[in-house]
Amino acid sequence: MPVGSSGSVIHLRDAVVAPAGFPALAGATLDVGAGELVALRGANGAGKTTLLRLCAGLAPLARGAASVLGVDLAGNRATVRRSVGFVGHRNGLYGELTARENIAFVATLVGATHDEVEVVLDGFGLVGRLADTRASALSAGQRRRTALASLAIRRARLWLLDEPHAALDVDSRQQLDRVFREATASGVTVVYTTHERYTDSQRMPRTITLDAGRVVHDHA
Amino acid sequence: MRNVFAVARKDVLIEWRARLLLVRVLPFALLVLVLFAVALDSEALLTRAAAGLVWLAAMFATLLVVQRCFDIETADGALDMLLTSVVEPSRVFFGKVLAVAAQLLVLVVVLLGGAVVLYGVRIDAAGLVLLVTTVVTAVIGLASVGTLYGAVVAQLTGRDSLLPLLAMPVLAPLLIGASRATESAFGSQTIDLATGWAWTSLLAVFGVVFAAAGAASFATLTEPDA
Repeated sequence: MPVGSSGSVIHLRDAVVAPAGFPALAGATLDVGAGELVALRGANGAGKTTLLRLCAGLAPLARGAASVLGVDLAGNRATVRRSVGFVGHRNGLYGELTARENIAFVATLVGATHDEVEVVLDGFGLVGRLADTRASALSAGQRRRTALASLAIRRARLWLLDEPHAALDVDSRQQLDRVFREATASGVTVVYTTHERYTDSQRMPRTITLDAGRVVHDHA
Repeated sequence: MRNVFAVARKDVLIEWRARLLLVRVLPFALLVLVLFAVALDSEALLTRAAAGLVWLAAMFATLLVVQRCFDIETADGALDMLLTSVVEPSRVFFGKVLAVAAQLLVLVVVLLGGAVVLYGVRIDAAGLVLLVTTVVTAVIGLASVGTLYGAVVAQLTGRDSLLPLLAMPVLAPLLIGASRATESAFGSQTIDLATGWAWTSLLAVFGVVFAAAGAASFATLTEPDA
């Protein structure tokens, strides 16, 4: 896995992102290593989504230093974008295409096979009639699972997910956590924002808390 | 090329399912032809103006098709997914040009049929070859310019009104060229076939220039929060 000279998949030092002049990320410093599972927590407006978008190369770095997968974000956001998997608040699906077609489209772009599409569909419980239902007709949770399945087929080494548990029922949340554990076990780094409360300490990922655009707590 | 065809196939499939071309664009374009026929109310005048009216209707319809082409990317944040995928932005551009061109081809063929029925234009064999070549080159030009300017306004608020304002002045030379070449193909008394072919060559140059410009600038134009 490509990592920076620091050995980190994500390396931020006093990173500032200021869309429309407002510093949504106001000097964040953190390192995330290969194969880590990291939950970003914080109140609304704390900078979680901005941090994810920065790491995905979707938001420009205003000040500070930042590299992702060894690529400097100040100089080459486009390269970073092509190396990460990102699912934002919105699912990035085409409503007129079925769940299978949405995933197959991404699979074609990345050169994944038809068999891999079927494996991913199965892994996210998108089987039978569900797989051939248009995304616009799926429930919010089913659309979320389709978006995450599209991400999984990309074989990205860094997953960046904005509230992936939102709209999922209990079974789907557990299924998603299982997917995360399997992904990180294979070396993929997963960073996601969440408002979930973990009661089982063994399941709890590294948790980074943000407030007013800064990292205020890092619990490994 | 695989990614170009994947993007084009996806866009055409979405259009086929949504039926925008069938229920909104085609009726709109045909209505424009009918309204011109009613407004001008002179067969001689209509026959002479037929080529220009067809391409004017096609130009208006292009704006609708292009808007839809980018709406599908912004509706649920799919553009972010495309940007964070391995596909080169220039391939997304060419895929979209291909999809828009395919839809416009259907549209222009129907419009030309409408011109034959409503305006009474006649085409001979020599004119037909010129007409087919003109349609193909003009449609590629329309799709290239439309997709380029669609990308310019895709992430802006008020893009529905911005697209015509920005694209129509650039489309004007294409409208003139396509109209003159088609007029020639229709057997015009004032423009011979040789001149028609010259206009078609100009359309081809126009298409190539804007396709190259679009491919080169698509990445910059779709750069998020630049």
